[in-house]
Amino acid sequence: MEKHWRSIEEFHGGKDPGPETEAGQEHRNAVLDLLDSRAVDSPATRRDFLKLFGFSIATATVVSSCEKPVQKAIPYLIRPEEVTPGQASYYASTFYDGSEYCSVLVKVRDGRPIKIEGNHRSPVSHGGTSARVQASVLNLYDEARYRDPMISREPVSWEETDRLVREKLSSGRRTVLVTPTVISPSTREAIGLFLKAYPGAEWIQYDETPASGIREAHRILFGRSLIPGFHFDTADYILSLDADFLGTWLAPVEFTRDYASTREVSSTRPRMSRHVQVESGFSVTGTSADIRLPVTPRESQLMLAAIYNRVADATGYPSLLAPPPVHDVEAMTAGLLEHRGRSLVVSGSNDPDVQVLVGGLNYMLGNYGQTLDLDRCIMLKQGDDAKFVDFVASLENGEVDNLVLVNVNPLYSLGGFDALGKAGFTVYAGTAMNETAEACRVVCPDHHYLEAWGDAEPVTASYSLQQPCIRPIFNTRAFQDSLLAWAGETQSYGDLLRSWWKENLAPSAPEGFEAWWKHTLQQGYLEKEPGHPVLEYTPPRVALEPAESGLSLILYQPVSLNDGRYANNPWLQELPDPVSKVCWDNYLAVSPADAEEKGLRDEMVVTLDGIAVPVLVQPGQARGTVSLALGYGRTRAGKVGDHLGINGFRWITRRNGHRCYVNDRIRMEATGETYPLARTQTHHTMEGRPIVRETTLEEYRKDPCAGNHFHVETEAHHQTLYPGVKFDGFHWGLVVDLNKCTGCNNCIVACTAENNVATVGKEEVRNRRIMHWIRIDRYYSGEPGNPQVLHQPVICQHCDNAPCENVCPVSATMHSNEGLNQVAYARCIGTKYCINNCPYRVRRFNWFKYVKNDRFDFNQNSDLSRLALNPDVTVRERGVIEKCSFCVQRIQEKKMEAKLENRALTDGEVQPACVQSCPAGALVFGNLNDEGSEVSRLKKQERNYHLLEELHTLPSVGYLTRVRNSPPGSPGNHEEQNEHNG
Amino acid sequence: MYNTEIRGPLILGNKSLGQITDDITSPLYARPKFWWLAGLGISSLMMLLGFWAIYVTISTGIGTWGVNNTVGWGWAIINFVWWIGIGHAGTAFSIFLLILRQEWRSSINRAAEAMTVVAVGCAALFPALHMGRIWNAFFILPYPNTRGPLWVNYNSPLFWDFIAISAYLLISASFWYLGMIPDFATIRDHAKSKVRKGVYGWLAMGWRGSVGEWKRYEGLSYILGGIAAVLVVSVHSIVSTDFAVSVEPGWHTTIFPPYFVVGAIFSGFAMVMTLMILLRKIYKLEDYITDRHMQNVAKILIFVSLIMGTAYLTEIFLAWYSGNRYEIFTFFHNRITGEFTVQFWIMFVCNAIIPQLMWFKKIRSNVLILFIISILINVGMWFERFNIVITSLAKDYLPSAWASYSPTFVEISVYLGTLGIFIFGVLLFFKYIPMIAISEVKAVNKYQIENRKSKGESKKN
Repeated sequence: MEKHWRSIEEFHGGKDPGPETEAGQEHRNAVLDLLDSRAVDSPATRRDFLKLFGFSIATATVVSSCEKPVQKAIPYLIRPEEVTPGQASYYASTFYDGSEYCSVLVKVRDGRPIKIEGNHRSPVSHGGTSARVQASVLNLYDEARYRDPMISREPVSWEETDRLVREKLSSGRRTVLVTPTVISPSTREAIGLFLKAYPGAEWIQYDETPASGIREAHRILFGRSLIPGFHFDTADYILSLDADFLGTWLAPVEFTRDYASTREVSSTRPRMSRHVQVESGFSVTGTSADIRLPVTPRESQLMLAAIYNRVADATGYPSLLAPPPVHDVEAMTAGLLEHRGRSLVVSGSNDPDVQVLVGGLNYMLGNYGQTLDLDRCIMLKQGDDAKFVDFVASLENGEVDNLVLVNVNPLYSLGGFDALGKAGFTVYAGTAMNETAEACRVVCPDHHYLEAWGDAEPVTASYSLQQPCIRPIFNTRAFQDSLLAWAGETQSYGDLLRSWWKENLAPSAPEGFEAWWKHTLQQGYLEKEPGHPVLEYTPPRVALEPAESGLSLILYQPVSLNDGRYANNPWLQELPDPVSKVCWDNYLAVSPADAEEKGLRDEMVVTLDGIAVPVLVQPGQARGTVSLALGYGRTRAGKVGDHLGINGFRWITRRNGHRCYVNDRIRMEATGETYPLARTQTHHTMEGRPIVRETTLEEYRKDPCAGNHFHVETEAHHQTLYPGVKFDGFHWGLVVDLNKCTGCNNCIVACTAENNVATVGKEEVRNRRIMHWIRIDRYYSGEPGNPQVLHQPVICQHCDNAPCENVCPVSATMHSNEGLNQVAYARCIGTKYCINNCPYRVRRFNWFKYVKNDRFDFNQNSDLSRLALNPDVTVRERGVIEKCSFCVQRIQEKKMEAKLENRALTDGEVQPACVQSCPAGALVFGNLNDEGSEVSRLKKQERNYHLLEELHTLPSVGYLTRVRNSPPGSPGNHEEQNEHNG
Repeated sequence: MYNTEIRGPLILGNKSLGQITDDITSPLYARPKFWWLAGLGISSLMMLLGFWAIYVTISTGIGTWGVNNTVGWGWAIINFVWWIGIGHAGTAFSIFLLILRQEWRSSINRAAEAMTVVAVGCAALFPALHMGRIWNAFFILPYPNTRGPLWVNYNSPLFWDFIAISAYLLISASFWYLGMIPDFATIRDHAKSKVRKGVYGWLAMGWRGSVGEWKRYEGLSYILGGIAAVLVVSVHSIVSTDFAVSVEPGWHTTIFPPYFVVGAIFSGFAMVMTLMILLRKIYKLEDYITDRHMQNVAKILIFVSLIMGTAYLTEIFLAWYSGNRYEIFTFFHNRITGEFTVQFWIMFVCNAIIPQLMWFKKIRSNVLILFIISILINVGMWFERFNIVITSLAKDYLPSAWASYSPTFVEISVYLGTLGIFIFGVLLFFKYIPMIAISEVKAVNKYQIENRKSKGESKKN
């Protein structure tokens, strides 16, 4: 290489003392000298010293004067196995709260469960969950939980408690153990040991909301007390009489999945089931029906009897004596007869007389063995009402010395259960505070289900395991362990569970047990072949003569609180009712006709047998009936749930010894007062706008675009001067099948749990400041007396031409290169311009500080309940905007996983919280750039449209039109009015 | 030309130059009257209430207001636009009437400009306060930073707004101040107390009234006037883009920029009229602010009111003509009829109908009626902003999200607070600054012109 030189000295190999070098050197020396204290003869002067000195002092002052919050993050000294900080582990487990079952995956982050996911492998719940299941994680961190065993409200040790309980139990004459329905075979074993230890002890299962009528009916018809398995997926014609099977009846998660599978309509499968709902109040199930008839309970029974008789005549069975029906039942009878073996009749009544007719009807239609399963029965709700009545009587007579109550709350749910005080000695074992526990002498706090071992047999021969996902937070003990301790057993319940599974369920080879056990525990469930009992059918001999009644009060379980056990859960309290959109209260639903007649309006207060209750005029409520949700009016639920609404259990009646949800003997009187109700939606019609598009199956068969011509028209008119948006890698999108969505609200709670969405309370809901990132819009159409309901889940539409993005002055909201509309919380200054410019109104503003604020004393105000926060999602500051992010943290997590494994993401791998646990599978998420993905396939359907697509916002969320299988001329079939043309 | 038979003199009473100075500056030397002190006390109380409300808003959150997740903007933005509108008149007066050679403006422009500065100051308070995180408000400044650098969103009308308002505030304050310099010098020269001499001397920036100074003064006036003339049009056009650029029905229209500018001039002139009537009544300045001034402003108001009415009807017509179902709903079912019908009709009657009464000379010459009308116009203009901001937001595209809006006590208090600031500022102006531009009035004084004519001098100064 040729040598370049700048001076003679350099050419000779010397160093060129150029002026630049010298200056640079000098500068560097000066800097170095300034900091070099050893250089005594350096050019550092007094001035430099003072500069450095002054600077240090100033820095020290500034730094030390900045107050830093104390963070309590303590690293692991010895890292527990399986725990990688920052990475979530999932454990298969079982949710069972005494009335509802679900197979779940528990997401555990840094040793604490933060989210419940559905277990997709479960043959029973199929990966779906309900709102209650999603919210149950919050109960783990509930401040109302008992922290220590107590005797007469004084905290004591477990030894002391056990000593007292054993002493009392062995001295008393009669001991009664009351539990909710136990579906855990090993718990039954433990209870058996307890009963054996105390001869003469009795065990009673008590359901807060019973289904003993069905069991009794099957005992009459088939000689066995059981609840059959329901297969809505194979039913083409569903007749439901007041059964809210998509909301709270028996196993809604399982039923929703099965039911939704019959509502999937596409051009290749242009058929669906027909669902007829006959009910008094408007249930979430009624909103999905193709035909809905609002009738009084009496009319409903007459209809049932009439249909029974007509079917009996047609099939050659003896008919029964019954008054003629008020409504026309010919179409229904014909529908049922046409679908013999493929139909299903269900009833939510707990009156065995009604259930006998339902069972008989199903039998005559040949549904047993097809849509009804006697081999795989539902094991839930085994409580025997008649037995419980006897028990209460003996309690009142003072014949019960020792009463052990486990996770039941009869003091609340059984109007007038004042006899509790007559028992000599009362022990309560349960998770959280409630009315009954507060009245018991000894309280033995039970684990939350996420802290405990357990198992379940929700359906005959279908087992699942429950494993602890966190060390018990408080000084609690599984109630099974308590029973074993009192029985004098030395083994723990965990050991008993294992040995029971080893003996009864494990394959014969004993050396393989450990591997088998681990595998079963990991997948969470175990399927066994059920037996095939041959059951003899006896035709019923009942005469149904429903009494004339004035006003009927219908008591129902709300989707949120169920029977009140979740009253202290702020997520569920703030969950709006799927139909009325009211939260934080219960109310008396009155039909529009009755309201007009009596001069009642929303929020007016009436008295019901002297008890004040606010009125809500509910379109679709049957005339002559009023409905009231159970689960409210708790007095000892905790800081959130106390004194909200009124307790409806006081109006529970008895028919043939079984508790019934209908009360015909009520007096309703108007008062001049009003009471504010919090509603998340206050306008209820679509104003003729093409928001939810619907059609009928008939029309759809003729033209798959039916009801959706506006989409084709709009697509043709999309013009822009700007180049179209292109996404190179992923382009995330979501499709909502409006025909599958039942409006069950599961997604709202799932989203709340995943994204740390704040609870704002009744007052703020009234101020229209609810924070939910996903809301389910509900619109009525048709006559107020019997309207159709349309549900539409609305999240951020992640528009590719988003109006919110270009108006933010500081670019806090912008588009990602994967099509996500993002909010940078740190950048947001809260001008709220984006709220105004979002035509979907999905953006939420943090009006207050919702965390660590006594004004919002719900679930983000204590160190304990904040443990449920998801560390992957920022807790938003006051003054910033937030909204649905398509669960970007989940997208990133899965992308990272795939990258580490050096593979491409597969379709369906990324699932936002709402999609993951949707029991109906109504939401599908995926990559729109991938032609083969499920979401792209759905987007290509003729049913697909975008919300407000005429605004050219280009949303990434699509909706599939609602299709109703309503016969021509029925209220649900009003194609002409609903064809929206721009 | 100023003493023609048709027009008559601009300043009545055959004043000498010394008389003019005395008339205008006498309130500055007089002891404060009771009403002035009372007004100052009341406005101070209102300001106190306002400061409390501002404290609550900033320390607790915007949640203390009535706005919600459907109606994101409420009274804050209504009042912002309202104040900005009022703040239009001063500059509009000075500039447009200057351009149109309407010399009668010189009696009023000082008060109008003072009003502008205070009103724009009040207006600027609202966009700042309605921010969720006011402590991060500096994010809206396009300054070089270490975050990328991360710049502001130049597409956002809110950013344009910020620039437009700050520019307008700066220019109109400079223009106002510049006009006052010769008058400050006059007061300085007349002042007896040392403090007064010192303060006004400082404010007068050493003005001596030499020819060279007057030359520069005029040059600068024209430059600032030229800039301000553009800003008068731009500031409210840009405020209107806050709405016009959005997708909301009732907001997304091209008529907004002229409609807003005209509306602003309308409310500004009405407020000028209110102040004028008070001024001449209280300080007995009928010779300077003559009935002719009233008549002229009234005539302008009639004309602008006609434009307003046309704008309202155009909006309604286009909503129908477009066939857009959302626009039709907003105008026909949510404004003309529906939940907000009262507010709509208050707006329509106050702005488009009542000012038409001033076609009658009898009404035009009745100062009391003019006073009432001028107040009604500003009420109407407030409701116009209510109509625009609230009705569109409360019921837009998805009926499921429809909500209503009502202000809270805190929100109302902030508004009362700005009213307090305005009254306080105007009262201070009455007391400490010559209410009428002395030098300009002298220039149009009949006495002076006549004298000048007789001496055959040029018209200038």
